[in-house]
Amino acid sequence: MTLEDKFKELKAQNEKAFIGFITAGHPSAEATSEIALAMIKGGVDILELGLPFSDPIADGVTIQRASESSLSAGMNTDLYFEVAAGIKGVEKVCLTYYNLVLQRGLEQFVHDCESAGITGLIIPDLPVEESKPLLKACAGHETDLVFIIAPTTTEKRMTKILELASGFVYVVSLLGVTGERARLSDAVRPLIGKIKDLELSRDRPQIPLAVGFGISKPEHVRAVCAVADGAIVGSAFIKMIEERAGPELGDRKALLTEIEAFTMSLKQETKNTR
Amino acid sequence: MLSKPDEHGKFGIFGGKFAPEVLMTTVEELEAAYNTFSNDKGFRTELDSLLSTYAGRPTALYFAKNLSEMSGSKIYLKREDLVHGGAHKLNNTLGQCLLAKHMGKRRIIAETGAGQHGVATAMAAAVLGLECEIYMGTEDIERQKLNVFRMKLLGAKVNPVDSGSKTLKDAINESIRDWVTNVENTYYLIGSVVGMHPYPLMVREFQRVIGKETKVQIVDAEGRLPDTIIACVGGGSNAMGIFYEFLDDAAVELIGVEAAGKGIETGEHGASICEGTDGVLHGMYSKLLQDADGQIKQTYSFAPGLDYPGVGPELAYLAESGRVKMGSTTDEETLNAFKILSTKEGIIPALESAHAIHYAIEEAKRKSGTQRDHLIVVNLSGRGDKDIYTVAQVLGDRREEGYV
Repeated sequence: MTLEDKFKELKAQNEKAFIGFITAGHPSAEATSEIALAMIKGGVDILELGLPFSDPIADGVTIQRASESSLSAGMNTDLYFEVAAGIKGVEKVCLTYYNLVLQRGLEQFVHDCESAGITGLIIPDLPVEESKPLLKACAGHETDLVFIIAPTTTEKRMTKILELASGFVYVVSLLGVTGERARLSDAVRPLIGKIKDLELSRDRPQIPLAVGFGISKPEHVRAVCAVADGAIVGSAFIKMIEERAGPELGDRKALLTEIEAFTMSLKQETKNTR
Repeated sequence: MLSKPDEHGKFGIFGGKFAPEVLMTTVEELEAAYNTFSNDKGFRTELDSLLSTYAGRPTALYFAKNLSEMSGSKIYLKREDLVHGGAHKLNNTLGQCLLAKHMGKRRIIAETGAGQHGVATAMAAAVLGLECEIYMGTEDIERQKLNVFRMKLLGAKVNPVDSGSKTLKDAINESIRDWVTNVENTYYLIGSVVGMHPYPLMVREFQRVIGKETKVQIVDAEGRLPDTIIACVGGGSNAMGIFYEFLDDAAVELIGVEAAGKGIETGEHGASICEGTDGVLHGMYSKLLQDADGQIKQTYSFAPGLDYPGVGPELAYLAESGRVKMGSTTDEETLNAFKILSTKEGIIPALESAHAIHYAIEEAKRKSGTQRDHLIVVNLSGRGDKDIYTVAQVLGDRREEGYV
């Protein structure tokens, strides 16, 4: 299923998308598969699986620490695709930094995404200006390049981004890096409004808008879903994994139960939002 | 062949703007502001006045007689170590702080490795009345205590960075995160010819004064252009600063010297051009030290200013095109050059610059005995006060081992 189809399907059920992010290989490749399964049981619609990079400039300390721990536990690009391919029953998107895509070769990376059932790519350090080669590599494949719009994005840039966007648009809710925040940014509502106005003036179907950064609580998800098509939660999961993932299988079981329950509580807020 | 980036900020395939979307509008504004002010007469006059009356420019071009005698070629030193603060870094920080002020940004953030850029930023911010915060890896804080204290005395806040390798690259990561968060009132002052466009262009232009002065001074002294110009390369700002003015003078050989650390073969080095491959880091497409997947490698040099896994895109381009030749020097060789320059010329060089000194001495020996004197200019980019602890430690260890 393409990402846009997924959003359509959800819409038909009067639901918005709940998108959950975890870093592959944190704390281990094996644990990632189990955690993903718990999220799927909890009802996650789209799983954003991070391929860790040594220098994640758009991420806050929580995800940076997870990336470091994953890499030192042996995560690499080959293993990532193996882990990703093993996760079934959910839409998957890959979040990583451009250098990792570049080193594998753009065509090869997209091919490997497709083979692993990954239908979207989010690259925080690849702005629209530099995206042409990867867009070309994505053409003809079932993998969309997901673009980002931030509160600082000008209307001119938005227009350019919306022209090239496919899958969904990742709307960054605030100025800053990923990480938990106590309250939802006030910038969300006007930003979504601005994008929607621009979309209305164009003669094509509206692209789904999912909001991320600083979203960690059920009430954040509900507030986001009142205006957008989906909510993205990342650091809150990572933090939970970091705090609870002990070396014992018993610890792992408690964590998985908690992840599933947390996912369920967040997914619940995406239903019947109108 | 004066290399200029194209409208996308690219030097050939190198450079570009690989920045998070949240920064792109600011980067566009910065580009526009730079284009306006760099051509503004008032701005130029203000900057030139600061460079001459505050920074102490022009700096001397010194004929190193003793060094020349012992090596068999004529060696001149461009004395950037005499710039206020002790390194070429102030040329750039004065330019960018002035730009920030004209853009209405009150808060300056910067990363620093050796601490020289941090000190130079703190100075420029102080003199221009701007707030200043510096990010520095805890590893670098440990080996550059003197500069940390200087920054604090100059009124800057020093933020320790404890992630990753705890050195320059991590300080850059953390600065970018701060910038992303405070983009509306904050100016990110990059200290080298690295990062997303327009930084590599802008920093090179602010450092270009080194080469401009050198050209006039060497012709005054020798009646001709030098045969070889040598500069150390971390990010590449002092090298681009002295090289740029000579790019079209094909007979002038330009050599960049990278840190070979404990030896290239050990993998513990900072030789991004000599040993690196193409990739994207910190907003630029350039030469990087990375593994096959594209994960950035830990680099090593006892000179923190050269301890960086990337290099400026313009320099990567010039090296790939063959216009700039690259070499590398180990810690051991550098230490030797450090001692030679101190005892023979009475100049204690920065460990970064001592890499270039070593290469120059070797080059001078290779070229000695040619028909006319071989004429070498070395960019002595900084003074070594900041490095005395490192050197004392290295020498101390050896004494125990009976080497010295």
